Amino acid sequence: MLGALIIVFREVIEAGLIVGIVMAATRGVAGRGRWVTYGVIAGVLGATIVAFFAGAISQAFEGSGQELFNATILGIAVLMLMWHNAWMARHGREIAAEMRQIGMAVSEGAKPLTALSVVVGLAVLREGSEVVLFLYGIFASGTSGTALFVGGVLGVFAGAAFTALTYFGLVAIPNRYIFSVTSWLIALLAAGLAAQSVQFLNNAGTVTALDSTVWDTSWILSEGSLLGRLLHTLIGYTERPTELQLITYIVILALMGVLMRIARPPKRTSVHAPAE
Amino acid sequence: MPRIAVLIASAALLTVTLAAARADDTASTTIKNHVFSPSEIKVPANKRVTINVTNDDATPEEFDSHALKVEKVIPGKSKGAVRIGPLKPGRYPFVGEYHESTAKGVVIAE
Repeated sequence: MLGALIIVFREVIEAGLIVGIVMAATRGVAGRGRWVTYGVIAGVLGATIVAFFAGAISQAFEGSGQELFNATILGIAVLMLMWHNAWMARHGREIAAEMRQIGMAVSEGAKPLTALSVVVGLAVLREGSEVVLFLYGIFASGTSGTALFVGGVLGVFAGAAFTALTYFGLVAIPNRYIFSVTSWLIALLAAGLAAQSVQFLNNAGTVTALDSTVWDTSWILSEGSLLGRLLHTLIGYTERPTELQLITYIVILALMGVLMRIARPPKRTSVHAPAE
Repeated sequence: MPRIAVLIASAALLTVTLAAARADDTASTTIKNHVFSPSEIKVPANKRVTINVTNDDATPEEFDSHALKVEKVIPGKSKGAVRIGPLKPGRYPFVGEYHESTAKGVVIAE
């Protein structure tokens, strides 16, 4: 039972970290709870469908279907996070100013919410389909399934509790800083997801350029450890990155920085000299 | 008509070329009763290798290895190709994530 709990917990916290950050990043935006809920529901439904068609997806594209599918999901998530950050760079200040005011224009909040709803949905879809497959396996094997299944369900709850912890930890950050903190968290998150995405393309055999390993830090921090896993999701920590992964990571991070700078509303720039 | 023939011929040629370029070294292992057999897979170092994994169990398994940078679900009663490398000489552990206590193995690159 404990084993099942741990397996499910591990998958759920990966999606949970992303959901927690997204919730914190949209703090004060009207209607965000609804959009995040839509994302989670769509993700769970999608995960079930994906798990059901796991065989067909695997066999597609000469057996590379699963890798290409994962690479695509991660790629879309990266684009959505970029869109969100650009939008927040433009409107974050207004939202922070109006945070306490009721009746903030919902239309203003609508745009990044769809993007983040999609991100939440994809995160839940990706990790959720593995949970569904695992739980299905328990069911299919019949005997002694109950204890395992209970473990799995407890794992989901533990993961949800962890998500809440992430969220409340982040929203404890003072209003003045929360948007810049969450923007940078999202930038690092996006860079990490992009690096994962190119590795899936490599596993698919689609993009095999620059596939040498740059370093191996598994002896300092294993990606299999809890901290390693958390950092893997949060900032894209990889114990043995390939050249392409490292380049992708840096490029996406730089692109995010540029995008956020371009999107920033052009006011009081003379007062605030670029200190970064 | 001849133009189409040329087109088809070149497409066929391209496919063959691509297939040749993608023809990695291969190895294989089978999952049965949540155990990999063989559990030690020897592969050449510094080359791309495809490990053909057959899952003889009725339940799905996830071939998972941080060392090999692979995470792939192999549904029950089916096969999946796991592409790895190029690897420096060494030992690279992997597990079946859904049954980690029994499904363990290691890729040895030499």
